[in-house]
Amino acid sequence: MSDTTQEPMLAADGRPLKQSLARALRRQKLRALMLIAPLLIFVMVTFIIPILSMLFRSVENEIVSNTLPHTVVALQEWDSSTGEAPDENVFRHLYFDLFKASEAKEHTKLGTRLNYERTGLSSVFRTTGRRLDDMGSDFQDPLEDINENFKEGAFWYEMLSGEGGEELLESRRALWARLTGESMAGDIGFTPSPQMADMLPWATRAYTDFAIWTVIDDQDVVAEEDPWEAVYAGLAQDLQSEQTQTEIAAYDGPGAQALKDAVANLDQLPEVNFKAAFIDAKEDWGTTDLWSTMQVFSSNYTTGYFLNAVDLELTPEGVQAKPENQQIYMQLFMRTLWMALVITGACILLGYPVAWLLANLPMRTANTLMILVLLPFWTSLLVRTSAWKVLLQQQGVINDILVWLGFVGDANRLILMNNATGTIIAMTHILLPFMILPLYSVMKTIPPSYLRAAKSLGATNWTAFWRVYFPQSVPGIGAGSILVFILAIGYYITPEIVGGTSGIFISNRIAYHISSSLNWGLAAALGTILLVVVLVLYWAYDKIVGIDNVKLGG
Amino acid sequence: MADTASNDAFVEFERVQKSYDGETLVVKDLNLTMPKGEFLTMLGPSGSGKTTCLMMLAGFETATHGDIRLGGESINGIPPHKRGIGMVFQNYALFPHMTIAENLAFPLEVRKLGKAEREEKVKRALDMVEMGDFGGRRPAQLSGGQQQRIALARALVFEPELVLMDEPLGALDKQLREKMQFEITHLAHRLGITTVYVTHDQTEALTMSDRVAVFDDGRIQQLAPPDKLYESPENSFVAQFIGENNTLEGVIKEIKGNTCVVELDDGEIIDAVPVNVSNVGDRTRVSIRPERVEYNADRLDPEAHTLKAEVLEFIYMGDIFRTRLRVAGNDEFIIKTRNAPDQVRLKPGEHIKIGWLPEDCRALDA
Ligand SMILES: Nc1ncnc2c1ncn2[C@@H]1O[C@H](COP(=O)(O)OP(=O)(O)OP(=O)(O)O)[C@@H](O)[C@H]1O
Ligand SMILES: [Mg+2]
Repeated sequence: MSDTTQEPMLAADGRPLKQSLARALRRQKLRALMLIAPLLIFVMVTFIIPILSMLFRSVENEIVSNTLPHTVVALQEWDSSTGEAPDENVFRHLYFDLFKASEAKEHTKLGTRLNYERTGLSSVFRTTGRRLDDMGSDFQDPLEDINENFKEGAFWYEMLSGEGGEELLESRRALWARLTGESMAGDIGFTPSPQMADMLPWATRAYTDFAIWTVIDDQDVVAEEDPWEAVYAGLAQDLQSEQTQTEIAAYDGPGAQALKDAVANLDQLPEVNFKAAFIDAKEDWGTTDLWSTMQVFSSNYTTGYFLNAVDLELTPEGVQAKPENQQIYMQLFMRTLWMALVITGACILLGYPVAWLLANLPMRTANTLMILVLLPFWTSLLVRTSAWKVLLQQQGVINDILVWLGFVGDANRLILMNNATGTIIAMTHILLPFMILPLYSVMKTIPPSYLRAAKSLGATNWTAFWRVYFPQSVPGIGAGSILVFILAIGYYITPEIVGGTSGIFISNRIAYHISSSLNWGLAAALGTILLVVVLVLYWAYDKIVGIDNVKLGG
Repeated sequence: MADTASNDAFVEFERVQKSYDGETLVVKDLNLTMPKGEFLTMLGPSGSGKTTCLMMLAGFETATHGDIRLGGESINGIPPHKRGIGMVFQNYALFPHMTIAENLAFPLEVRKLGKAEREEKVKRALDMVEMGDFGGRRPAQLSGGQQQRIALARALVFEPELVLMDEPLGALDKQLREKMQFEITHLAHRLGITTVYVTHDQTEALTMSDRVAVFDDGRIQQLAPPDKLYESPENSFVAQFIGENNTLEGVIKEIKGNTCVVELDDGEIIDAVPVNVSNVGDRTRVSIRPERVEYNADRLDPEAHTLKAEVLEFIYMGDIFRTRLRVAGNDEFIIKTRNAPDQVRLKPGEHIKIGWLPEDCRALDA
């Protein structure tokens, strides 16, 4: 006996039996996998990928660094605790970044994003966006007065184009692509000159950006278009540098005369001070609040949405609780959980006797009753919920009947709608079939002989029910409760219609952020938390009751 | 024990009728009296009302008419849980969510017995059915025969005076069934329990019972001990239903006292015992048990009538021979003979003479 247990058993072909068995099973499993492959792919594409994308969206925050790439880098140096706004360098980058963004109409999106973290920022970006052209024109007009050539698009093209500047072109193109989310590929018909990029770095960069946008987005020819105001601002900025001035003196390429004129008449240009210009456009730019918000949310990933979703906020001083009057989500989560529990409990109380009747009545009567249970499924959810509106109103059917019966006075009719009561009543009704059906299918499998056996053994009706019938129907309660609870926790339409403000669920808030405030990141974070809560509760249920104890049928 | 006076009757059905739908009577005029300690079997074809009778006794169905008495008192108005009747169901109905010990403790618990007493009785009951080591298991972890024993133990653990069993062995294989039949009767007699047992297996009924009530069409056709039932059936339904039986049809020619003369449909004449025939000229079915037919010429009674027969088939069955004959136009006339060294083995096609003792041949209703 003992040696058979030590020596591995061999199959007919001499392989160990275990191995042969594993091979045979593997082939079977593979075949089964192929059968379910279409479904698996469908589920992946329509279910798992959206969830992953939602998880990703709840931490993703690339919009700041995509819109203001140079500003974000420059801002890293800044120390918010000094109490002063950043220096000119940051504002200089901000100007050129923002100019680009405003041409592509992306700066308002950034404003909206930052507005989630600090109200008022949206209007700062919008107002400033309208002033960017003026800031450049301040330099354009005097430059054009100094030398007529500066008016000509072709002159700029000739002066700044050259050979060997592909690297600069491609890096600018990549930034455009990040900003717009499009590829921006294609022939520009312009390559910046590396010499000019050295001598006039800001102007060349601004012109390259202009060239890419003109060709790819506006589909015009670069040489025929007048450059952006930002290019003039860039030139003015460049002319401030002494090194540039000496290089221009030695320069004799295209546009050399115009540049020399500009250097000679530098005093006709206004002072180059972007910081002052921005603060003039909107004084918020001079405050540290705005900049510290930008600095905190400049990284590509953020916990900000999640913190927001649990009533915390990310500040330069670290994570803090939100001001009392802005704390809404925790309370909403708690209310959602609590109301889902109450609804589940109400469904058990109402559904159990119905399911029992269904399982024990004669076939014909049971079938009729079953149709009544299923009837709600044949009616649009919206119609059913609206019907509850009619019933629950203060002048509605229920109140009318109660008044008529004299249970409540006409003056103090019950408020059954636009509060939690309305949501609980309507949702209990709507989710009831999800409790009744699993209960019914479990009860149907409990033979009546158990009850008879219990009674013949001396148990009263109640004892027989409680000790023998009820324990066997618990798996049905479990299945129904999980169904109802999970459906309830994510319900949206019914609370929206009958819930008023005190009867809404977290999903209504999520829907609001998806369709109205367009704060998808926060919506995703709230959704993710909801998902985690459900999974945790499911896990807890498994620990306490055991998931094997859930039966949806036979 | 057959004819018990009704003054020591323990279970009594008096003129009981039952209808489920108000249109047909499922039980028609049932009268039955059982003394204490009797093992009575209700035997009958499917749908004959056996379960219905049991359910009325247990209190799960109410009689439409008539009176059911237990220990002299009418139980029509007593709810099932107060009747104190033990019951074994066809599917055992062991509670699946309780262990075996919990199942057995259930009737004691609802009777509010103390813990120690409970455990003591459960242990005794388990030992009684030789399942002492299984107390911690769930019903689903037991074999059919083990579940059956537990169901029996549960029905007995609270020491009822009356136990009802509705086809308790229906789901078991033949060998286990025979073993359990023996165990159940043994236990019932040892404990002195009054038992009403339902089955449609006639061997089971014959081997287990003190008396058998043969049911058909909502009536008791005959209520008698097994031997009487087999040897002296009172009507042709019982004769057909219990054991193997040969019937020959004919008309009564003459009745004198304990014998009568029957003219079979092909003109042959035989002797028989008149059972429920009364008038000359009535049609009758004559019934003869296959093992009472004799064909050895030297063993045949010279005075008795004999019949011509042709052998159609000979089947060797080990302990017995089974031979199919054509007798008086009946192709299904069976005879059974013991496999003994001197026994003649008949061959198909052979023509023989058969006969029997007149008292083994019963003239019944047609
Ligand atoms: N709950 C019921 N409602 C209506 N008719 C019933 C009900 N129970 C039994 N019957 C009918 O009563 C008749 C007798 O049924 P019963 O169950 O007593 O038969 P039985 O002798 O136990 O048969 P079996 O050997 O098949 O168990 C049957 O014709 C059956 O259809
Ligand atoms: Mg039955």
